[in-house]
Amino acid sequence: MNKHLNFTKKESRLYMSFMYVTFASLLIGGLMGLLQTFARSGKFQLPFGINYYTILTVHGVILGLVLTTFFIIGFQFALLGKTVGLSDKQRKWAWISFWTMLIGTVIAAVTILVGQANVLYTFYAPLRAHVAFYIGLALVIVGSWIAVFTNFRQLYVWKKAHPGEKSPLLAFMVTINMAMWFIASLGVAASVLIQFIPWSLGYAETINVLLSRTLFWYFGHPLVYFWLLPAYMAWYAIIPKIIGGKLFSDSLARLSFILLLMFSIPVGFHHQLTEPGIDPTWKFIQVVLTFMVVIPTLMTAFSIFATFETTGRRKGYKSLFGWFRHLPWKDVRFLAPFIGMVAFIPGGAGGIVNASHQVNTLIHNTIWVTGHFHLTVATTVILTYFGVAYWLVPHLTGRRLTPKLNKLGIIQTIIWTLGMTIMSTSMHIQGLLGGPRRSNFSNYAGGAQVDTWINYQIAQAVGGTILFVAIILMTYIFIQLAFFAPRGVQEFPIAEEEIDAEPTPKILENWYLWIGITIALILFAYTIPVIDILKHSPPGSIPFDWPIGR
Amino acid sequence: MAKDKLRHQTTKNDDTSIDLKGTFISVMLLGIFILVLWFGIYALFLSR
Amino acid sequence: MHLHKYEKIWLVFGLGSLALFLLIIGFAAFWKGTHPQSHIETIDPQNVEAHESFKPENLGLREVADGKYIVNIVASAFNYDIGSDDAGKPVKTIRVPKGSTVLFQVTTKDVVHGFQVAGTNVNMMVEPGHISRLETVMKNAGEFTVVCNEYCGIGHHQMFATVEVYDE
Repeated sequence: MNKHLNFTKKESRLYMSFMYVTFASLLIGGLMGLLQTFARSGKFQLPFGINYYTILTVHGVILGLVLTTFFIIGFQFALLGKTVGLSDKQRKWAWISFWTMLIGTVIAAVTILVGQANVLYTFYAPLRAHVAFYIGLALVIVGSWIAVFTNFRQLYVWKKAHPGEKSPLLAFMVTINMAMWFIASLGVAASVLIQFIPWSLGYAETINVLLSRTLFWYFGHPLVYFWLLPAYMAWYAIIPKIIGGKLFSDSLARLSFILLLMFSIPVGFHHQLTEPGIDPTWKFIQVVLTFMVVIPTLMTAFSIFATFETTGRRKGYKSLFGWFRHLPWKDVRFLAPFIGMVAFIPGGAGGIVNASHQVNTLIHNTIWVTGHFHLTVATTVILTYFGVAYWLVPHLTGRRLTPKLNKLGIIQTIIWTLGMTIMSTSMHIQGLLGGPRRSNFSNYAGGAQVDTWINYQIAQAVGGTILFVAIILMTYIFIQLAFFAPRGVQEFPIAEEEIDAEPTPKILENWYLWIGITIALILFAYTIPVIDILKHSPPGSIPFDWPIGR
Repeated sequence: MAKDKLRHQTTKNDDTSIDLKGTFISVMLLGIFILVLWFGIYALFLSR
Repeated sequence: MHLHKYEKIWLVFGLGSLALFLLIIGFAAFWKGTHPQSHIETIDPQNVEAHESFKPENLGLREVADGKYIVNIVASAFNYDIGSDDAGKPVKTIRVPKGSTVLFQVTTKDVVHGFQVAGTNVNMMVEPGHISRLETVMKNAGEFTVVCNEYCGIGHHQMFATVEVYDE
């Protein structure tokens, strides 16, 4: 269990390839974000007649789908490589996965950039993008599936070689995340392959809009947990090592991941609460299930604090919060993820508000929602990813995170936090005042209400500018760590269990049981409403090209 | 291995061995934050 | 599996809070009828005029009883059709007295739109083939901007109207 494997050169190159795409995406997507906040401030016009919604689509696709998926799959491959190993054959499959995803990304990106897919990353029908956009997305998903099955195979081979042993915690967590991703992405894949592609080519005259949206959100919520779970992996199993402690509880970590698997998927209706065609009782049932997914996060919060406190007390800090003051604040590998954890307090609490059935009408599709996920994904998740990159990248390139780069990282984290606090807070407030998301600058009919919104949009441009400075700095740090930092050995931190830790119950690794319950919950939450949707479906929708400027 | 197991039975189920008061206060503050935010938003919903 | 005493208290507190939230919104939804809109009434998106409420002459504001109003609106990229005034000009402002009950009925002829009376709880998705419907009491006086809050194309931000709630 404590024997961690060393990476071969070939392996490191594989994992680094995912990181290159991640940080290239960060720079491109971040630039798009900057341009959006400028345009929305009403003080600037986009140059060269670039359409606001083209930029918005690039921003969402490149950061929400590309950056996250590449980082996650690369990081997870590295975790499995470290804990259970990667054979030559598995490495070949990993490369196939990488290239399939990259080709898909390029196809989709080019289609967007030439203005043929101004449909945003949710691509709601009946707006019709060029078919290449849907094919690109499908390739990204298929590529990720190759990674899913390679990961499953890695753990399977290890289990065969280690009969009776429990799987390494991180390998278990990766498998949970990939199981969730696979089950969830079947929905969007079905929608793209069966609904969108034939319809966009003209083979099908009309599309069932509500069904396509339901399939999208069946995928869309687990998607955000797919982003979050790798951050949880770092919080549970890596941060304890960085702060000089041990795992708080192997069993509770596994239990919370199992709960996340079960309750992340049957909850998509909480994104569709204000839609006309879904029975309100079924909406409410999924609201209840959504609240269930809060429980593993409550457990995680306790576990994190307990890790900090136990570690500090063992080091001899006796006072009530002495352990807190003595956390390694000057270590960016800790600080960046820590800020991420803090951001998840308002992020998670805001999430409970969003999912609260009729209360959702207060904020649905207002810019509050944008503020919400810039806390959750663009702070909690991304700062944790950065926190990982500070050691993972030099570990892979045979370099070191020098004190100078560590310091730059701390500055980066502070700038990011400042920019995001300004931007996200003003988005939250503007949203409560009714300001819409996903909209270019507009005076609408004028009046006091609109004037107030515009003030907050100016604040968002200020926050966005500060964030872009942080992105440039992060790109610089990444390039340093990848190519220029001094040679050396950077630790791959993996926390160990206490020597006297309670044994993990065998049942936690009963995959048939947990995946069985997951599927049962999905069938419970979706069967009847989907039959309703199909039975009461209106005439389908013909495609619309002109609204997106095609 | 056997010795480890024996030791855990004698020590692990004894909560007083780990002092987690700070943790408890921290999570309860977090819980109160959630309650305050939720009821604040709910009041706003009712007022509209 | 062993839970620390404090973790047990924390989880009971957390679960209790979640249950309380659900109880409040469940009570409001099922007993007070404040569900988010979900009428499951369908319409042919290519022929919305066939529906009584969305005939051109029935669009706009109508007082149906004392203090009770119905507003019928057809959304399309990038406009809300709220009927025309006596001079034949398109209506852009709906005026109702404070405290009146207003039923908003909206449908779309083309793509998905949003319909939010910003600053109120009127917030609905408008989807082709469905009728979106929400009744509300206009409690507060003021000028409220109606915005399309779901992306509907490159003119999305130019789609708006106004609801004016005046003190009697």
